[in-house]
Formats: sequence, C-alpha cells, structure tokens
Amino acid sequence: MRRVAVVGAGMTKFIHRALETPKELSWLAAKAALDSAEMKLDQVDCVVEGTAPDAFDGVHMNGEYLSDGCGAWKKPYLRCYVGGGTGVYALAQGWFHIASGLFDTALVVCEEKMSTCLPHPQAAFLTIFDNITEQPLKPNLLWIFALEMNRYMSVHGYSVEDIAKVSVKNKRNALGHPSAQLGAELTVKDVLASEIMAWPVHRLMVSPTSDGAAAVLLASEEVAKRVTNKPVWVQGVGWCLDSAYWTNRDLYYPDYVEKAAWMAYRMAGIREPRKEINLAEPYDPFAYKELHHLEGLQLAPKGQAPRLLADGVFDRDGDLPTCPSGGLLGVGNPIAAAGMMKLCELFWQLRGEAGPRQVPGRPRRGVAQAWGDLMQVGTVVVMGVN
Amino acid sequence: MKTPKNVETHVWRGGIPLESRYTAGLGGQIFFQALKERGELVGTRCAACKQVYVPARAFCERCFAELTEEVKVSPEGTLVSFTFSAYDRDANRLAEPVALALVKLDGATTTMLHRLLRVTSPEQVRIGARVKVVLKPKAKRTGSILDIEGFQLA
Amino acid sequence: MAGQPTNVRGTPVRSADLKKGRVFTTTYVPRIQYAWDTGQAIGRYLEELKNGRLIARRCNNCQRIMIPPRMFCERCFGPTHAWVVVKDTGTVNTFSLSYVSWDVRRLKKPEIPAVIEIDGASKGMGILHVLGNVSPKAVRIGMKVRAVWKPAQQRTGSITDIAYFEPIKGKAPAAKRTAKKPFKAKAKKSKSRKRR
Repeated sequence: MRRVAVVGAGMTKFIHRALETPKELSWLAAKAALDSAEMKLDQVDCVVEGTAPDAFDGVHMNGEYLSDGCGAWKKPYLRCYVGGGTGVYALAQGWFHIASGLFDTALVVCEEKMSTCLPHPQAAFLTIFDNITEQPLKPNLLWIFALEMNRYMSVHGYSVEDIAKVSVKNKRNALGHPSAQLGAELTVKDVLASEIMAWPVHRLMVSPTSDGAAAVLLASEEVAKRVTNKPVWVQGVGWCLDSAYWTNRDLYYPDYVEKAAWMAYRMAGIREPRKEINLAEPYDPFAYKELHHLEGLQLAPKGQAPRLLADGVFDRDGDLPTCPSGGLLGVGNPIAAAGMMKLCELFWQLRGEAGPRQVPGRPRRGVAQAWGDLMQVGTVVVMGVN
Repeated sequence: MKTPKNVETHVWRGGIPLESRYTAGLGGQIFFQALKERGELVGTRCAACKQVYVPARAFCERCFAELTEEVKVSPEGTLVSFTFSAYDRDANRLAEPVALALVKLDGATTTMLHRLLRVTSPEQVRIGARVKVVLKPKAKRTGSILDIEGFQLA
Repeated sequence: MAGQPTNVRGTPVRSADLKKGRVFTTTYVPRIQYAWDTGQAIGRYLEELKNGRLIARRCNNCQRIMIPPRMFCERCFGPTHAWVVVKDTGTVNTFSLSYVSWDVRRLKKPEIPAVIEIDGASKGMGILHVLGNVSPKAVRIGMKVRAVWKPAQQRTGSITDIAYFEPIKGKAPAAKRTAKKPFKAKAKKSKSRKRR
C-alpha cells in the first residue's frame, strides 16, 4: 500500500442556521481545503463525500445533490455513510483511493445542514430506532445517550459533576476556534445548573445542532512531497460496527471503538497508545462520550478517564490534550462535518498551525475518532508527522 | 417449526414525520430577489469557463471559482426538450396531461425545467422552437420558482 | 500567528429575516408511508404481545436466549433453534428521566425510558421500554420490575401492548443509589490536581 498524506484542510463556520445551501457549504469548505494547499480543482483525481442521514439536509440522493459543491464535476465520486461515524470514516474512504494506487489525490468533503429539518432536527432521530419494536415507544435521541451515560456512571461510580468537566474544558478550548458555535468560559456549576434534558444529561452537556462543512485534501507521497514541506501522514485507519441489538449489550464500554482503534493502531505500528499518541480528538456529542471513547481508544484505563480529566491530563497543556479544537460541544455538531473538523484539527495541530489552540510540545502523532448509529460504530484515524 | 397464523401477512405501518425548509442560499438569493422584485431572470457568469449559470449559482462547478458577476438573461429562449406527462407524482392518471419544457434561455449556457403552457398535444410542439417565459404579476410573486408560470411558444 | 482555520465563512440566518421573507425558502413535507413486513421473528413477537406474553429465540450453538427474537444468530450466523416463552419481569439495566419528548417538546413530568433485562432470557438481554407507577426519584439501576399489560381487548400486537413496567414491591433493588442524589463519586481518589 502507498503512503497517503493530508496536504490541505478547510472548513466553514459552524452555525445554528445557515443561509448557504448544503452544496454551497460544501463548496466553501472544499475550496478552503484546496486553497490551503495552493491547489486547483483540476489537480483533484477523485472526490469522497460524507453526510449523515438524508433527513437532515432533506434531500434524497444527498450525495448526488452535493457532488458539484464537493468539486466532483465529471470526476470519480462516492458518498460514504456510517451514521455519526461518517466524518472520520470518510478520510479512510479517501485513503483507500490513494493507498491502492488508483489515484494520486482525493478531496474529502463532509457536510450537514441540520436546520433544514423541522420542527427540530431531533425528530429525524426517531427513525434510527427499530421501526417496530422501539419507535412505537416514541423514543428521542437523548434517551440512548442518557441510558448509556447512566450505565457508565453507575458501573464506575462517577457523578454528573465528574462528567460535566468535559463541557467546561471543551467549550473553553473552543474560544480559540474561529469556526466555533458555542465557545464559552463556564464552570461545572453552570453546567449542572443548566436544565435537565434527560437525566443525567443536562443541556450544557449536549452538543448543538449545526450547519457546516469541513474538508481535507489527500495526496500520494510523491504529490505530497511536491506540494508541501509539511505533509501530515495518515498512519492508520480503523472502523467497526457492533450489533444493532443495542439493548442486548452493556453500554458502559464501547467494544467497537476498541476494535476500531486497534485496527488503526496496528496499521500505525502503535503498541502502547497512551505513550505513543500526543493528542486526541475523541467524539464528544455528549460530555460523557469523550470519556467513554477515550477508554475505548485505550487512552485511559477502563473507568479512569474521569479521574484523568480531573487531574488535568486532558487539558490543552496537559499530558494528553483531548479535543483541543473545542470538540462538538464547543465548535458545534453538523454531524459528518464535525467528525471531519476533528481530522482538520489534527492536521493543524501536527503542523503547529493551530494558533491560540496549539498544544505545546510539538505533537508528533494524534488520533481522531467518531461514533454513530445505535451506540454502534467506531471510526478511527491516526495521523502523524512522519 | 410451526409458523403462527397471520405472521406472514403481519405488517407494521409507519412513516417518517419530517418537514424540510430549504434556504435558497447565496446563489438563490440573487436569482429570486431579481425574479420577485424586477421580474428578471438573473444568472452568474464564470468568464474562465465561459459559462452563464441560470438560475444564479454562488460558485462554478467546473473550476470552483466564486461567481460574483451577475448577468441578466433574456426572457426568451430555445426549447431543448419537452414531454407530456399523463400521470401525477402519486401515479394517478391526470384528466389533462401536463406539458414540461427544458429551455435554454438566450444568454444562458444551462437549461432549466418548467411547465410548457397553452399546448395540449405533442404535435403542437417541436424541439428547437422559440419560447418565452410567463411570469406571475408582481403582487403575487413571493421569491419562488413558481413566480414563473412557465414557458409558452413565442 | 492567528492560527488555522482562516477566513472561515458561513452566513447566519436570523428569525426576523425568515419571518419577513427576506430569506427565500421552500418547504417540503414528504408524503411517505411504509408498510414494513415484520418477518417471522418480530411477527411472532407481536402476536405474543397481543397474547400478553414475551417470547424469545434460542441459539443452541451460542447457548443464548435472545429478546427481541430473531431467526438467525448474529454471532454464529446460523439459524436460531427454538421459541422460548420468557417472563414478563426483569431488572432495570439502565434508565433516564427524560424531560423532552421525541419531537422536542418540554415535559413537566418526565418519561422514564429504561433498558430492562428480561427474566428467562440470557444475561444482558434487555429491551427498551418505559417505567411507570413509580416516583422518578425512586428509580434505581438493579430494580426488579414487571410488565403492566393493557387489557386484552385493547392489545393490538405492539410493543405498546405493555403500557409500562412497574417496580415489584417488596423486592429490594440491588443498589442504594437514587436518581435524586445520583451516584456519589467514590472514584475520586486522586486529590492532587498535578499536571503531568
């Protein structure tokens, strides 16, 4: 397999309700990624696009609709989809194209425009539950997160307060992100004082619904070395789905994230993730999710992530900075674009270009992860400077 | 294994209760503003690719450039293709077929779809015919593609 | 240096612009209705719900009794082997107090969704349902519950033929923690906030 590098990245602002159409958002992000590499559309060999369920953009065949906004005019083009895990998986899809030797460059674009969906984007999530045995109970998306969070806290003996610290950290980190929707300086008290959505989930522990897009440009080693002196290498990719029977599993631990992580780590030659990874962008649509995923990613022992968080290990200047971007909680959550935003963050951090968000100590390797479907899919990408 | 009665015919009925509100976007704002306020058809030009996109678009799909040059195109154009549809979208037979037109407006490099008005049979129409746009009166225009009633043979 | 990303774009739409028609929009309500075939396993599951009982499927290969029932085992990928009538009682595996409805209306009185591990099925085999006839403050993980069935003539062959699950009185829950004062942290052993 050939080595693949990220050579450009770009994104839109993440906002509650955008004027731009989904394809205009895609174009803004894709163009920004191309511009950052000082490359033109005719240098792009193929295009990969990622969006979550069609229900948000409200366009059936959303991939085809978005194609021109993604720069796919008369090019090989493919949409990929693994629920909320799409944003990180999309890069793996682009990686295949180049690692295989089929193409030398791939533009990977992720987009979501959730504000299209009325009365509230949440309503679209009803359809992810089993249509016959679960939907008649009128579930909402908060249920499964709350059920999982309760299980996680209960098994390991943590309080809502322990979890709330994730919101404080990520929303603070987001203050340094030009695209951020919800950067804020908050205290644990503020988070706990916000209204209870579905106990134990409070409003400030939930990422917002957002409109936005993000993109990266991938290149083969030969092209990468020609177009930039700071390529960031894709060292490993991994993904895994667990059973759709989510009520038959113990939700306290994401096995599927562990499997996906080891797939990516093996490819990257990583044996001791905690020692060999300098920063992480775990998926944080809800506050506890970051901790849950850090354990799945083998970056904290089972049940220990909240303690490491309290010790400051995951702060921007801590030993293992997590979500230095501000994460979904701070930057926003246009589903597939949010996962791609995490990959953009690794790119900027590893190149030392993250400005006020830059983690100290010249990080050499980072991991990004997304999650989705019915507590089901883990998608993982490892990137590094060599 | 004995299959219980009625299982094979057992179905669960449901829907996907959603509503979508689409913004016209950066390009759409230009097009619909001109249509609603001035009754004009406005596109955007990409000089490099020699394209005039109608309705107006924010970017060129060919070179990815941002399109800022607005171009008012003619209300008249050429029929590129047409059809008479005898069924509605729920597959019900219509009392009268609906005629549809693909039109390239003079000055545009793209075609657009709309109704073909005041014709009742394919014999009355030929590809290559000249057509002109029929607009709703200004008071009834809202900034929608339906501000255009359709095209009629010129 | 300012840091990446630079020149981020995106135009927020204000509510007033929408109301006054300054932003052009189109709305669409899809008229899509489905008739999903329930299949052998879930068809029987619904039939038995109408009869007032819960039914599972056994995989002899994996020694698992699975609910909801399925005709093939996702682990060994072989067919499952037998129907097993299980109990309509179980244990709360996890729960939430939801103050938000599925379409994001605020609820004064919370719904209590729960994953309930069903007695008679293999360990860990739960189903999603709601709890009722219980104060939200009294709900606990590990609580024993039983199905409260709708009257036979109101049952239609739906998961909602069970109105809700309620606590079995006299059965002490496994854990002492309550929803009001949830899960006092016992894991806070590290007092120092040293940075490594």
